[in-house]
Amino acid sequence: MKIGVVISEGPYTHQAADTAYHFVKAALAKGHEVPRVFFYHDGVNVATRLSVPPQDERNIQKNWTELAKEHGIDMVVCIAAAQRRGLLDENEAERQGKDANNIAEGFRISGLGQLIEMGIQTDRLVMFGD
Amino acid sequence: MSDTKKFLYVNRKAPYGTIYALESLEVVLIGAAFEQDVALAFLDDGVFQLTKGQDTAGIGVKNFSPTFRALGDYDVNKLYVERESLEERGLTEDDLQEIMYEDEDDDWAEKPSIRIVSRAEMAEIMAEQDVILSF
Repeated sequence: MKIGVVISEGPYTHQAADTAYHFVKAALAKGHEVPRVFFYHDGVNVATRLSVPPQDERNIQKNWTELAKEHGIDMVVCIAAAQRRGLLDENEAERQGKDANNIAEGFRISGLGQLIEMGIQTDRLVMFGD
Repeated sequence: MSDTKKFLYVNRKAPYGTIYALESLEVVLIGAAFEQDVALAFLDDGVFQLTKGQDTAGIGVKNFSPTFRALGDYDVNKLYVERESLEERGLTEDDLQEIMYEDEDDDWAEKPSIRIVSRAEMAEIMAEQDVILSF
């Protein structure tokens, strides 16, 4: 089965990004496909490469980057939600005249159309949030 | 397009205080371009999103309440509001803003987009959907 995943709460504050991570790992282990994970609301904050959690804690961004790399998951960060919250890739930083960017490896910034498209193209859409 | 799906956007939060309602509406507006069968549900504090006479000047936040009236132009004309959620908050249909659409299958007659449904009916509506996005 093709499963699309939405994460709509921020890392560390809320368990959504962790639960989604374990869900995706379990789904993949069962032979399902997870072509895309979409980050929305505060979920976009998972994608910053500048977070530095304590060494003895899980690193949510790294978990996702590694899982996506291993399984070819397309991780999309909503551009409108990202801009509000200070998440920028190289292109956006330049376009907006900002002096830095902070998107981690494996994530890409794109539009909400990618969320709708995921809903159309997958068999199930599973949303992790509040 | 053969892969038209039934999308339901479930709105459970008050319009201000958190960003969920606004960012839900942004998905609805973008999603409208994909020509899917779209409906919106309003329950719990989400029913406050449709109340009339909203004025956000005092909190310095943009008032997006008028945007709901434009949904008909995007062929989004099924706005299901849960009766029990209204009643639990001391609201009636008269407290909600009027949201109309033009029915192209009925000589463009103006019809109300808001449909008050019971909690049991809401469950049935949800069961019929292909994709549910919850905000």
